[in-house]
Amino acid sequence: MTTYETHAGEGRRKPGLLAGGLSGAILARATKDAFVKLDPRKLTGNPVIFATWIVALLSTASAVAAVAGHQSAGFAVQVSAWLWATVLFANLAESVAEGRGKAAADSLRATRVTTSAKLIIDEKTGTIIPTPAHKLVPGEVILVEAGDVVPTDGEIIEGMASVNEAAITGESAPVIRESGGDRSAVTGGTTVVSDWIKVRVTASAGSTFLDRMIAMVEGADRRKTPNEIALAVLLAGLTLIFLIAVVTLLGLGKFSGVVLDPLVLGALFITLIPTTIGGLLSAVGIAGMDRLMKHNVLATSGRAVEAAGDVDTLLLDKTGTITFGNRMATEVIPAPGVRPETALRAAVSASLADETPEGRSIVELGRNQGIVIDVPEGATAIAFSASTRQSGLDATDGKGGAMSWRKGAVDAVYRSLALDPKLIPADLTAAVDRIARSGGTPLAVSENGALVGVIHLKDVVKPGVKARFADLRRMGLRTVMITGDNPVTAAAIASEAGVDDFLAEATPEDKLRLIREEQGRGRLVAMCGDGANDAPALAQADVGVAMQTGAQAAREAGNMVDLDSDPTKVIEIVEVGKQMLITRGALTTFSIANDVAKYFAIIPAMFVVALPALGALNIMRLHSPQSAILSAVIFNAVIIVALIPLALKGVKYRAIGAGKLLSRNLTVYGLGGLVAPFVGIKLIDMIISALGLA
Amino acid sequence: MNWQGWAEIALTLGLAVAIGWPLGVYMSRVWNGERTWLDPVLRPFEAFFYTACGIDPKKGQTWYGYAGALLAFNLVGFLVTYAVLRLQGVLPMNPQGFGAVSEHLSFNTAISFVTNTNWQSYAGETTMSTFSQMVVLTVQNFVSAATGATVAAALARAFIANREGGVGNFWADLIRTTLYVLLPLSFVLAVVLVALGLPQTLAASLTAHTLEGADQKISLYAVASQEAIKMLGINGGGIFNANSAHPFENPTPLTNLITAVSINVLGWAAFFAFGRSVLARKDVRALVIAASVLLFAAAAGIYVAEAQPAPAQVAAGVDTSVNMEGKETRFGAPATAAWAAMTTGASNGSVNGMHSSLMPLGGGIAMFLMHLGEILPGGIGSGIAVMVVMAVLAVFVAGLMVGRTPEYLGKKIEAREVKLSILAVLAIPVCVLGFSAIAAVLPEALKGLMHSGPHGMSEILYAYTSGTANNGSAFAGLTANAPWWDTTLAVAMAMGRFLPIVAVLAIAGSLAAKPKLAPSAGTLPTHGGLFVGLLIGVILILGGLQFFPALALGPIVEHFQVLAAVAGR
Repeated sequence: MTTYETHAGEGRRKPGLLAGGLSGAILARATKDAFVKLDPRKLTGNPVIFATWIVALLSTASAVAAVAGHQSAGFAVQVSAWLWATVLFANLAESVAEGRGKAAADSLRATRVTTSAKLIIDEKTGTIIPTPAHKLVPGEVILVEAGDVVPTDGEIIEGMASVNEAAITGESAPVIRESGGDRSAVTGGTTVVSDWIKVRVTASAGSTFLDRMIAMVEGADRRKTPNEIALAVLLAGLTLIFLIAVVTLLGLGKFSGVVLDPLVLGALFITLIPTTIGGLLSAVGIAGMDRLMKHNVLATSGRAVEAAGDVDTLLLDKTGTITFGNRMATEVIPAPGVRPETALRAAVSASLADETPEGRSIVELGRNQGIVIDVPEGATAIAFSASTRQSGLDATDGKGGAMSWRKGAVDAVYRSLALDPKLIPADLTAAVDRIARSGGTPLAVSENGALVGVIHLKDVVKPGVKARFADLRRMGLRTVMITGDNPVTAAAIASEAGVDDFLAEATPEDKLRLIREEQGRGRLVAMCGDGANDAPALAQADVGVAMQTGAQAAREAGNMVDLDSDPTKVIEIVEVGKQMLITRGALTTFSIANDVAKYFAIIPAMFVVALPALGALNIMRLHSPQSAILSAVIFNAVIIVALIPLALKGVKYRAIGAGKLLSRNLTVYGLGGLVAPFVGIKLIDMIISALGLA
Repeated sequence: MNWQGWAEIALTLGLAVAIGWPLGVYMSRVWNGERTWLDPVLRPFEAFFYTACGIDPKKGQTWYGYAGALLAFNLVGFLVTYAVLRLQGVLPMNPQGFGAVSEHLSFNTAISFVTNTNWQSYAGETTMSTFSQMVVLTVQNFVSAATGATVAAALARAFIANREGGVGNFWADLIRTTLYVLLPLSFVLAVVLVALGLPQTLAASLTAHTLEGADQKISLYAVASQEAIKMLGINGGGIFNANSAHPFENPTPLTNLITAVSINVLGWAAFFAFGRSVLARKDVRALVIAASVLLFAAAAGIYVAEAQPAPAQVAAGVDTSVNMEGKETRFGAPATAAWAAMTTGASNGSVNGMHSSLMPLGGGIAMFLMHLGEILPGGIGSGIAVMVVMAVLAVFVAGLMVGRTPEYLGKKIEAREVKLSILAVLAIPVCVLGFSAIAAVLPEALKGLMHSGPHGMSEILYAYTSGTANNGSAFAGLTANAPWWDTTLAVAMAMGRFLPIVAVLAIAGSLAAKPKLAPSAGTLPTHGGLFVGLLIGVILILGGLQFFPALALGPIVEHFQVLAAVAGR
């Protein structure tokens, strides 16, 4: 038995929209933006940083008052400076995250050239008047010829052309676009390379795919996602609780004979409230969208990215996602009495002139077995026809004898060979049955009118898919394969690929019904699709990934568009969604755990003068009350900058199951969050006391 | 410290959990309306109440309908209690001939008993008539406990619901809990306590002729029956001022063990009942373990603190290894430590020793347990309800770290739940720290203090903590029967009671309307040791850390001062 070995270029991806890293230009712009964002009106959406802004202002006022009153103001100035730095660092995190999107949007904008369109004003005569692209109205028909830039989005109503879509997808190989079917959509900004097409305009100026892309990339109307809102509520609640804890110290301190400096209370407040996550929260969200763009996927909203992390059920089309698009030959079973090599040679010969993927796969199978046959001179290709349902090759051998090879549907070959069904060897019949049962397609092969064997064509499951599905299962995702195949074939492929369930003989309505059923059980569903008939299902799914090459209806129905048109991408989208949630959780945990150390730095420093016994709480042995407070404030500011890379890159996602993942992240960010500030504050204290700053 | 002491603490705490388990199964059957073995006796009474009040027990209420009924019922309870106390002088069964209770004390006491706090700004034997004790205070002991239980019953229904509008019927929950759980158990415990020597009489007092020839009037009440519900209902309001340190309330080590266990037993039962009703026994087991670990650690901390000589004793040159100040010799340090932890871990508030006389660390731990929101195991139902809020917060913070919108017991935790959870835990810092800060600088308030300095700070903090957390135990030293203290404590008690209740019921309403999700491999597991550790961390950091600065000025600084004083000798 011979087996087919796959050697496809899985995992090879061309660079995405945001392939570049952080350039100096982006950083410079981000720094400038960080200062612009000091405008308090821009901070009201972030209560934690807004509170920091107010305290920074108040402490600056007290520093100014101290300077004006000729008192020692060094401490107040330093605390104020670091409080402003805290706000700036938080702003910087956000603008750095936005920076890459803005850069990508700029380069997209550059492609949106002001084109002149050829508007057809009279269909019969084909009269054309040049019209600026932005004046086009949906419903109008334009002519786009070789060399023209497609002025806006539209539907081809006549003609066929090869179109270079590099401006949008980054893929420079042209694609064929033609009227009718699912390949009829053209996108503004792409270029027609050959031929001509008549296009009916579908988008008005400002709402084309390119416009939407720019808006998405730039995050123009970025709204808080549900989970972001929930987290912001928690952070606001904590801020309120700590505000109470700090303000009430005014009264409690007075009773205890402690003289409290408002500046110190402000510092305590800022170090206790979750500034770390408060400062990084929006950056994490933007970076999540960015990571999708790196995969060449555009999401219409952050909500969609977040939903991706929550997906419970993944609907995957069999063809192209789970299996290679085409059936492939995996073995040739010789008829009784025929040598395996003879049967294989015959199969290859019968396929030499066959340019279909199936045919090529037979030649490929032969090559892998060391059988390479050139097309004999003077050979005649016998093309497949609907009546004979077989194809092959006629040639002469070296001695002038006529040779003929045929392959085709088993019953068709049997009939053309006029075989008595009773005379067909039982072994071969059994082989044919076995292939059919396993979901494959059997092809009979004949040489010079004699049956020599059966070719096994099968849907080949992509390598690595099974492992991927196992990963998904560990993540708690159920995979459902959607196929038009009959249940027997579907079951065979489903079990080979390791999906959890399958939907056979699926119509678009079945798909929609399945999604509704899953959602009815409280599950979130992700799917991808490209056909116009996928549109309802794409719209219904919680995460609907439309292929960029797909129909216009599909692209509008989905909440994500994959520019590479790669259906397997949905798995990566889920991972990006999860990564975003994990990063938020990790930074929140870290931020809250930090408070323990800050208490031990500031509480003894605040009270030790009036209540010397509390010096015992200074377990870090910090240099002086002032250095302790300053160190805590500095740590609080610097940790934001230190964590920007993590916020942008995201905490690594591992498909190891929820329990293990939690214990891992809890150890790193929970325990780490408890310990890190003890070390950090002590180090900063050593530095500033050595420098004589406090 | 000795092994007998540790064994006594472990036995007392452990017995409460062990007995709470089967009682929880029973309580869950009561909540769910399943058959119980008391049905033949009690079903007619239950039916009678429904008919008499025109209640259809099957008719579900929305969360706000439920909350509205609860608040209305408690308002009426408050008004009746207030009226009876004000009219005490003209009402019957007043053999002691007590007059009307003052306006502010009536206000404070009425709120105190309606909110299951049982803070007492008065000494029972010199203030309350038998009528007041039996007709209003004892009744509130029952129904305020049942009110707490209804919250947990509603929350349990919300977790099990799949897109439903209702959370159950408040009236049915109230009646069933009182009738099937509180009354029978109290009856049994009262009989046991009578057998063990507690008085149960309508006589006002007994006159004893002392050895010195003087006549001493010894106050009497129907103590055993009141004592039973005081412990089981997690109320804690003693008939006598000395509470469970009084020999008529708690005469022997055996009654001490029985009553101590009964402080926590129904709190734990409500945990187990919740687990059974939600079909989440394993998850609730994790909550029980987390709460038990914290409670045992607290009891151990108090025991360690008390098993050292008090500074005053050291100063007086007394040769002792244990701080016996404020403790009963028949109980000793371990039993006092166990009681102090159990009464503050639950929202009971009875005491068998004086908390003011605990070592600073011991008193601080007692205060800290109340700061956590009375969840170890807290009041009947109210404890598990707030514990679930803590679990929701823990799941929300940590759940993100597994890459999914957090879920708890099959319900998604979203902005609304987080908002309400914060609201539920906000009452304690607002009232404790807010009122304490004002009292600390208000001359009017400071008049009530016995001490200045850190111990005075503890007196203030303890009072508001005990009131807001609906505990009711007192840090002796504060004279609270004055307009300022009576009024502000009453406000703190009402906020501490009804803010979390309404917030939890709103959470219940929100959760009930959500689909019930089946767990998958990607769901955060909420039953293992990891979750227990996480939950303990969240309880300590989110629930307790904000009190650190205030505690630093009270018990913590006093602790270090004591250490320094002892070391200095």
